[in-house]
Amino acid sequence: MTPLKARHAMGQKVTGRALVASDGFSARYDLDRINGVFSRSTHKLAGESYVDKILILDTAKGGVATAWMLHEMKARNMAPMAIVLNTVNTILAQGAAMAGMTMLAGFDVDVTKAVENESMVELDPETGSLRVLG
Amino acid sequence: MILNDEEKSMLAGEQGHVAKQAIEHQIQVGRFFGAEDFVPVTQAHIMADTESLGEAGVKWLENLADAGEKGVRIPTITDPRGTDFTKADKLGQTEWMLSLERRAINAFRRLGVSMTDTCINYQTIVAATRGEHVAFGDTGVVIYTNSIGGAKSNFEGGPSALAAGLTGRTPRYGYHLERHRQATLRIQLDWTPRELSDWGALGAIIGRLSGNYWQVPVVDGFDRFPVSDEIKHFGAAMASFGSTALFHLVGITPEAHSLGDVGGDKLPIAHRIGEGEIRDLKKSYAADKHIDIVVFSAPQLSLYELRDLAGLCHGRHFKRPLMVTTSPQVKPDSDRFGYTETIEGAGGTVLTGMCFYQSYAREMSEANGWRRLATNSAKLVNILGGYGYVPMLASMKDCVDAAESGELK
Repeated sequence: MTPLKARHAMGQKVTGRALVASDGFSARYDLDRINGVFSRSTHKLAGESYVDKILILDTAKGGVATAWMLHEMKARNMAPMAIVLNTVNTILAQGAAMAGMTMLAGFDVDVTKAVENESMVELDPETGSLRVLG
Repeated sequence: MILNDEEKSMLAGEQGHVAKQAIEHQIQVGRFFGAEDFVPVTQAHIMADTESLGEAGVKWLENLADAGEKGVRIPTITDPRGTDFTKADKLGQTEWMLSLERRAINAFRRLGVSMTDTCINYQTIVAATRGEHVAFGDTGVVIYTNSIGGAKSNFEGGPSALAAGLTGRTPRYGYHLERHRQATLRIQLDWTPRELSDWGALGAIIGRLSGNYWQVPVVDGFDRFPVSDEIKHFGAAMASFGSTALFHLVGITPEAHSLGDVGGDKLPIAHRIGEGEIRDLKKSYAADKHIDIVVFSAPQLSLYELRDLAGLCHGRHFKRPLMVTTSPQVKPDSDRFGYTETIEGAGGTVLTGMCFYQSYAREMSEANGWRRLATNSAKLVNILGGYGYVPMLASMKDCVDAAESGELK
């Protein structure tokens, strides 16, 4: 598969297991951050652990708290490894910058359809590329 | 990014470690969004409740304060805190939460931040004016400021809002640029809401339809001019459900005297919204007629909302807790005018300087057995589902009735 190219990228090169859904993301609205799982019952990943996963979702949702929460989750080793979005908002980007978390956003295809759940993926922010390894 | 001499000086560390750290963060965010340069800002507003910061965030703030350098350069104020220290026992909050709050407050004060503790600063502190560039946190504050004030702000999360306070500027991207302020989604209204929960429900519907931060809805068809509290609930819900930061109301908001002013005349009508859609949104949350608690919060209540609420509480005796949050600026007037006494005389609690969902909502639920929650705030309903609550949306009057009877009509 040809690597997908993101228009926005930051952070370090990482490789990990993808957790994929066509749904939104807000750390405050959607997560049980103590136990590291999606807790909003209507979220497509409800009950799934996000810890050390490369989260691949549609869009950033909700309020401003995520800007602090990614940093707080990472300090407890209860954070996603990286976040990939079709559409990012300012808060997710600010939060990733604060937390030192890898983030890619803005593709020419729907990234939640282009990458299968649980596949291994590599993110390279320097080139803005997402590569599916298998 | 193109930096001027002062920005280069900050980046080189000539203005201290704190300013250097702040501008480095801003440059990283600015580059991510392709910002060409910085824009000076006149005010910053920081969301920083300690449930969000955690120990790591508070320690980070303390490290900045410990540097003992020049603090913020522009008026920099705060969103609600995670508690009302005088009533924390009624919320089931514990000492570690209060201790973390005290540490965060101390650090902010040492950085020169004014602890206003309000998410309605546009009603209570200083409203930004048309064209003014600001760095505001709290999505409800930003959407109101952009849309009603015609000022310019992105959603600035706590670290970025503080950085703006420390440097006096923010990267020029997003809603600081005119090209992002044109409408992208045209909505025709067939029914103008009558009370606050309806305004919130309408905002929720439009937020869902908008879908992401970069969509700018333009809405036509209001049969009257809405008042500040109505727009407050409308905007806060839209921002919450859609991550929306700007809307235009034709003939009402300052950038849309006509549909064509914001490019709406070139857009097809994408959706029509009437009373039925608003009722359906509210019904979709009606899960249980029994309730454990009633909450009026998100956003904090204005003096006029407290006046209305006091009128509804007069002579009542509540079976269930009824919690109200307001700002430290409004509370003294609520006390002077007797609203607080009337609400608390019926068994309610008026909390100051906090907001319900920013106050360890999960822990409060577990400590007090609060699960089924009635509110007139669509924003609160949207947020609390993830915290384990069963939130239900109803009018202020129906919520007050529910506090008295234990059942929501």
